[in-house]
Amino acid sequence: MGFFNFIRRKSFSHGIHPPDYKEETAHKPIRRLPFAPEMVIPLSQHFGAAAIPLVRPGQEVLRGEPVARADGFMSAPIHAPATGTIEDIRLMPTARGPKVESIILKAHPGASQRVLYGAELDVDTLSAEELVKAVQDTGMVGLGGAGFPTHVKLTVPPEHRVDTLVVNGCECEPYLTTDHRIMLEHTDELIRGIRIALRASGTRQAVIGIEDNKPDAIEAIRERLKPEDPIAVQEVRTKYPQGSEKLLITVLLGREVPSGGLPFQVGVVVNNVGTLAEIGRLLPKGEGLIERVVTIAGPEVKKPGNYLVPLGTPLRFILEQVGYFGDAGHLILGGPMMGTSVASLDVPITKPISGLIVLPEESANDHPDRVYPCIRCGTCVDACPVHLNPSRLGQLAARRRYETMAVEFHLNDCFECGCCSYVCPSNIPLVQYFRIAKSVNRERAA
Amino acid sequence: MVAKVELKTSPHLRSAPSVDQIMRNVVYALLPIVAFAIYQFGLSVLVLTITVVASCLGTERLFNWLSGKPNTLSDWSAVITGLLLALTLPPAFPLWMGAVAGFTAIAIGKALFGGLGFNVFNPALVGRAFVQAAFPVAISTWTPAFAPGRFMEFIPSTLALPFMKPPAVDDWIATQAVDTFTGATPLAQWKFDGEIVDSWSLFSGMTTGSSGETSALLILACGAYLALRRMMNWQIPAAMLLGAALTALPFWLYAPETYPSPVFVLFSGGLMLGAVFMASDMVASPVTPRGLWIYGLLIGFLTVVIRFWGGLPEGVMYAILLGNAASPLIESISQPRIYGQKN
Ligand code: SF4
Ligand code: SF4
Repeated sequence: MGFFNFIRRKSFSHGIHPPDYKEETAHKPIRRLPFAPEMVIPLSQHFGAAAIPLVRPGQEVLRGEPVARADGFMSAPIHAPATGTIEDIRLMPTARGPKVESIILKAHPGASQRVLYGAELDVDTLSAEELVKAVQDTGMVGLGGAGFPTHVKLTVPPEHRVDTLVVNGCECEPYLTTDHRIMLEHTDELIRGIRIALRASGTRQAVIGIEDNKPDAIEAIRERLKPEDPIAVQEVRTKYPQGSEKLLITVLLGREVPSGGLPFQVGVVVNNVGTLAEIGRLLPKGEGLIERVVTIAGPEVKKPGNYLVPLGTPLRFILEQVGYFGDAGHLILGGPMMGTSVASLDVPITKPISGLIVLPEESANDHPDRVYPCIRCGTCVDACPVHLNPSRLGQLAARRRYETMAVEFHLNDCFECGCCSYVCPSNIPLVQYFRIAKSVNRERAA
Repeated sequence: MVAKVELKTSPHLRSAPSVDQIMRNVVYALLPIVAFAIYQFGLSVLVLTITVVASCLGTERLFNWLSGKPNTLSDWSAVITGLLLALTLPPAFPLWMGAVAGFTAIAIGKALFGGLGFNVFNPALVGRAFVQAAFPVAISTWTPAFAPGRFMEFIPSTLALPFMKPPAVDDWIATQAVDTFTGATPLAQWKFDGEIVDSWSLFSGMTTGSSGETSALLILACGAYLALRRMMNWQIPAAMLLGAALTALPFWLYAPETYPSPVFVLFSGGLMLGAVFMASDMVASPVTPRGLWIYGLLIGFLTVVIRFWGGLPEGVMYAILLGNAASPLIESISQPRIYGQKN
């Protein structure tokens, strides 16, 4: 049995096997962090239009109360993470790039952890449209990192027919264990969330893809599934980037999403386990998304673990709570393969942030950073899960031939997974080159 | 805590090894072959190797300095070129010619193209091709392996003065009392005399030839070390050996008395050294998975064609140089299908 399992273990071709660094946090139950005295709540924590504030400075808000409403369909509302007073609405630094209009909330000392806002919903009686609306009202966005509004992902455009909901439980980034813990500790909410998503999107069956380094999660879900549930758990090989949406669809269903296309086009809706578990928890209570599980780890962290962090908590407060060793560190939001580094501790945790990794200052790369010319070793070609030719793309980028990169070498199919940079023995910052090339091309097109 | 202000972009993890580590390991893998060559042919090969490597390093440094680039000696690639080049030269090759070969290898084979990563041809083979044309006699003067006096004295031609005709080695060979020595490599013996040396002598390095091409088994073992450490691709050597064997097989089956067996083809001359250490040179070979196989098979095929029907007994060098030249074309026709693309 084990042997045949090995052969049948599903995976995509290429990819890499970075050290996973998950053992520090994978076995620790999720713990709650206290409220920071001052929280910073950016109005744009998602892909799409920024939310429109509903509150004024000086106003008192309850934990769970909406503080900003969605600006149209491609947007998401925001709820107060703690009971307190609105101090101000002003520009504040965020993880990605420029400053963003943010609500500053002063939490009341000793504010209760109880959510004081929300109206229970009888989920079973709602139609698909009503469910989508209810999901939007929770302010839910993809918790796996993309921050795409979840109700948009559940709304199938009328020209497409979908049949399968793919549930992404791979969590292939090193260090991150939030989805792992959620699958173990919130199994019932997850299954409830999957049932809701099936109905909201009009899909008939669901497949949960989980990497085989989380056998306990696979077991836990299988145990709780009822025979009549049209939900299957599929073990997939532990390999980066198994959790990439398009690759996972191909691995689980054998369907290939066309270049530049969306999963709808092959009849699939994809959501991440963390997102669906939150839907399963929030929707019946009619509450909004006000906190999320974040893996806080890395060699510089004294008490690594998975923490339930109120959205808007500044990194400085988190680091004070979990303790740290050095005076300076290299801070990464998200996982180390695709996450962004941050320069300011005032940056808050927002909806899409699944991890806070603190690496020691010098060892963000553990060997000297000397960049050599491309020696055409082909390692990057063997690593690229999209089967691009990063070596050639890199050489073109060095000569600023950005258009050729896009037209002849399919630059736009690169999803910046980082495999090529990870393996390159010449330490060429390939992904960075590709990002620059893409943004130059975008500007030229505009 | 303060966040480090210098921002890095993802990925924030990097895998070992880096270029200098890979190159250093290639040097390690070459050392046993060099040591065996010295054991076989003695003092002359030791000094010749040192001379060629020094010449390569000196030339590399010179061009760094001329082009105002930072010092690139620390990437070890010039050492590899030097060692490989030395291994392809006859043991009695005059030192000054070795120095010329080293200079040409780096200057024309590498620096002219823009240094490591930009060379179209394998630099060591460029150097070797140059001295083949410039010094046709010296490059085909062979001396016996395991001469009794090899650690006591130089082969007389080794110390020839620059631009002087090197002394003939016949008298010296006679003093070494190696009666059976014919002055020809196994390939030349086959090509010109129709004699086929037995396979065991070929495997184990008991024949003559260039200093490092005579021990196929040792070369295979050293290549396997690199391939297992994932510092060299195994596809090119495998494809090249396969290509050579498959090309030779039908002729041998058809006329075994005229054509040598595939085993002889694989284990004679520079094929093994060429396959394992030169055709596999990453810079001058394709990067695409299918391209590696096409490239290796092509070189194997060309080697046998040149050996069987060319004017020279050995074809590995030109086969690899031709393969190098074809590499960009092979790469462009073997681009893999991209995820989500139609074709
Ligand atoms: S970052 Fe882009 S080019 Fe590099 S491996 Fe990933 S998809 Fe391929
Ligand atoms: S891994 Fe780096 S050195 Fe090797 S081919 Fe790719 S870009 Fe060039």
